[in-house]
Amino acid sequence: MSQVGVVRVAVDRGRCCGSGNCVVAAPEVFDQDDTDGLVLLRRPEPPPEAAERVRRAVEVCPAGAIRLTSTTQP
Amino acid sequence: MTATAATDLPLWPASTLDHGPFALLDEEQRHRLAGPVTRVRLPTGAPAWLVTRHADVRQVLRHPGLSADLERPGFPLLRPLPPQSEPDRQGGFIRMDGEEHSRLRRMLTAEFMIKNVRRIEPLIQQTVDAALADLAAAGPPADLVETFALPVPSIVICHLLGVPYADHDFFQVRSRTLLDRTTSMELVRAHAQELRDYLRELVVARHHDADGDDLISRLVRDRVATGQLTVDELVGMALLLLVAGHETTANMIGLSTLLLLREPGRFAALRESPHRAAELVEELLRYLSVVRTGLPRLALVDAEIGGQVIRAGEGVIAVLSLANRDPEVFDDPEEFDPYRQAHQHLAFGFGVHQCIGQPLARAELRIALVGLADRFPTLRAAVVPQQVSTRDTSVVFGLNNLQVTW
Ligand code: HEM
Ligand code: SF4
Repeated sequence: MSQVGVVRVAVDRGRCCGSGNCVVAAPEVFDQDDTDGLVLLRRPEPPPEAAERVRRAVEVCPAGAIRLTSTTQP
Repeated sequence: MTATAATDLPLWPASTLDHGPFALLDEEQRHRLAGPVTRVRLPTGAPAWLVTRHADVRQVLRHPGLSADLERPGFPLLRPLPPQSEPDRQGGFIRMDGEEHSRLRRMLTAEFMIKNVRRIEPLIQQTVDAALADLAAAGPPADLVETFALPVPSIVICHLLGVPYADHDFFQVRSRTLLDRTTSMELVRAHAQELRDYLRELVVARHHDADGDDLISRLVRDRVATGQLTVDELVGMALLLLVAGHETTANMIGLSTLLLLREPGRFAALRESPHRAAELVEELLRYLSVVRTGLPRLALVDAEIGGQVIRAGEGVIAVLSLANRDPEVFDDPEEFDPYRQAHQHLAFGFGVHQCIGQPLARAELRIALVGLADRFPTLRAAVVPQQVSTRDTSVVFGLNNLQVTW
């Protein structure tokens, strides 16, 4: 994991239980829908400085609703 | 494997008597329960698997084949429960699985999400300020549980739901019997029924006048009137929120105060660095883990947890409090370390049932504790921790009272 990668985020609203943990971890990347409280992705490709917080969001998501695919930069 | 008679297995919940409010188990119990997954005997006599490691507890609580439905035969109950009639099962989504669960939970998630809790912070602040004034008028000395820790979350949840706080004696007594593992089946049944009848009256009254800005009124308007939700379901949801919404947070406020007062510097830090109170609250949640005895689940399929095969039909107890002291995840887990990064704690559970009220609970704890330290900088416990009376038989651990002076 020494290379700097571009992190791509995907969320599964079908699995999300609206805990909001991702919003606490990385507010610039995740939000919650005003009507149903489920996750909304603000930035599918978060900036590198948010990568650590996004990883934390994955870790604290109780429903396993966040996936990361990191493509290593050439 | 040699068959062990259930009576030879260690009992869970283990007795915590005489350990003081902050120790989870004594050495001998720890020894007996050592091992990531162990076989235990429940108070009902039934055996179950006890799961204690952080990673394993997460796996249990996120596993789609492990059910939270305590009506299923073989469910690892921590105490015998009376059978429920069909209308009485409605709405209590904490023990539902799959679609049935998500359908109801999703009607509430937006209500309790962080943005909305931020909006009600002024209400929490006002409630805290008023309770602090009551505390000042009551002492010194005074009982912090009775005059502060319990009223704050009770008033807030009443306000949000649209339940008159004036009735607090009625529902607090009954919530407590529902949470106490030693309550007889008859009393559980009677008290649950009385609470339902009480809430049903409130719901029915809202049918005639649903203009209110409270949660019950909103659900009557938006969900019941539109045929998406039945009255029985709404009653069950309101019951769950009322019970879950005050006892847990109240116990956290009481225990947190006692813990912080043990070292004056910690309590003072709340005043000096209120901006760090949110971090402190996470460590309090981890260290105190009030849902101490863990979350029961029933395996519907064979599952491997922590190297142990759990067979379909067997019960599992995911022990949040021990997972929150797992050295794999938390350095020096037995130490209370105010500003450690405790965000991985499992005090609110994990998986799709993870506490829906956590943003509210966090805000209440932070505002209550900072308010207390501000208003009573010289606060001290009038008893030593070993002498406080603790709620050992409740599903939610806490203090019965806490005499304080200033
Ligand atoms: C510090 C305070 C609190 C703690 C430690 C706590 C703890 C928990 C835990 C461990 C669960 C998971 C139960 C399970 O998986 O079987 C839970 C669920 C729940 N809590 Fe809390 N809770 C707290 C405050 C609140 C508040 C203030 C509310 C009020 C809104 C609330 C409402 C609920 C509800 C409705 C559920 C069921 C969620 C579901 O099944 O989807 N809790 N809580
Ligand atoms: S942390 Fe997971 S479950 Fe919670 S809101 Fe975010 S995506 Fe949904």
